[in-house]
Amino acid sequence: MTPELNSRPCLAVGCRLNDKGQPSRVLHMPERALRLNGPSLEIIERCDGKRTVREIISELQKLYSKAEPKKVEEDILGYLARLHDQRALDFSSDKADRSTEAQ
Amino acid sequence: MISAAQTPLALIAELTHRCPLHCVYCSNPLELGRRDGELTTEVWSRVFREAAEAGVLQVDFTGGEPLARTDIVELVRAARESGLYVNLITSGLPLDEVRLDELVHAGLDHFQLSFQGAREESANEISGTKAHAHKLRVLDWLKTSRLALTLNFVIHRRNIDQLDEMLELGESSSASRIEFANVQYYGWAFANRENLLPTRAQLDRSVEILRPAADRLRGKIQIEFVVPDYYAKYPKACMGGWGQKFMLVAPNGDALPCHAARIIPGLHFDNLKNRSLLEIWERSEAFQKFRGEEWMPEPCKSCDRRARDFGGCRCQALLLTGDAKATDPVCFLAPQRSKVDALLAAVNGHSAEPVTKPSWLYRSNPA
Repeated sequence: MTPELNSRPCLAVGCRLNDKGQPSRVLHMPERALRLNGPSLEIIERCDGKRTVREIISELQKLYSKAEPKKVEEDILGYLARLHDQRALDFSSDKADRSTEAQ
Repeated sequence: MISAAQTPLALIAELTHRCPLHCVYCSNPLELGRRDGELTTEVWSRVFREAAEAGVLQVDFTGGEPLARTDIVELVRAARESGLYVNLITSGLPLDEVRLDELVHAGLDHFQLSFQGAREESANEISGTKAHAHKLRVLDWLKTSRLALTLNFVIHRRNIDQLDEMLELGESSSASRIEFANVQYYGWAFANRENLLPTRAQLDRSVEILRPAADRLRGKIQIEFVVPDYYAKYPKACMGGWGQKFMLVAPNGDALPCHAARIIPGLHFDNLKNRSLLEIWERSEAFQKFRGEEWMPEPCKSCDRRARDFGGCRCQALLLTGDAKATDPVCFLAPQRSKVDALLAAVNGHSAEPVTKPSWLYRSNPA
């Protein structure tokens, strides 16, 4: 799947980041854990159910302003799709929210 | 000579060997740990703190049946407060809605519920208990709780023809993962092997069912399928390598590199009551024994795959060849592969299934 730009990703139940105080940051998932660093951590920390995919892309493009923006977008969409297939992310596409924003 | 150890990643906590079920393929040792030797809540809590400090990310609560511990809620809380991801591997007995709620509030992250089949009668035959109906109730409770769920179907010759029904049960539940894990032959399963090992035709058919199911359910439910080692071409990377990723703690506090390591003659296991987790991980003789590559015989020693499968499983080598240092005989390159082929030939030689109930050796309960 390709994530909808207006959907809002959040960590699926059973998936969470470990505590900030720990030496390395990890995304816990049932039966596995993903070590996060740099961009992957920046993306996951923004999967809070509030930001849209579009907003996450735009924030990362600013953060990594030396990288080609189109490449940043493709990488993020690919990463989110992979985590969705692994059942680590849910996407809520809340139409009501969007219409409110449009007003 | 001491081989360098990586940080342990997961702690397998066998909280007790007591269990209300008597599954004929139980992976516990034939000699079960006694109830009066079980670690206390305090010692387990210290072990969780030491594990998290040593870099362990996850604890698997298992047994026997971990819910048989009356302090299970406290143990979940202690593990979670230490910073571990807490996974409960359970039969769902004994459990009620109140206790489930307490576990969620104590910080349980993931619930892995085992099933002996999709049909009540055959499931109950395998577990030697009337457990199936209760498991279905647990599935219903889980639908309304915010808890990640994996269903684990343990597969063998007598239920491998129920895969469609198992999928149906899984899809009607709140599971995000379903494991179809073929029995591996250790402990009680080894004793019951001739009645459990599926035929090649059954195994091929199961792949035909599960592969499209995994595609169809992608993004919704993750499907995992584990074949019996005996039918594989290469051995599994058992435990991700001996003493590389996992520490298993037996009910009495003995620290083992895997579930079955007790069967290997001459191994001495240090106990967490007397030594720290990190000290055992780095220095104990049992964890050093097959760590790295120095112990390997040919063809493993010069094999390109040795860093991928670590020579396979030491316990399987012992059970099938009598030598824990031998190349895992399931490997097609193993000098003793013929032993596995002989077992497969015997199973695949039977044309018709016996209709009568086999004389199972049921798993007992510890003193």
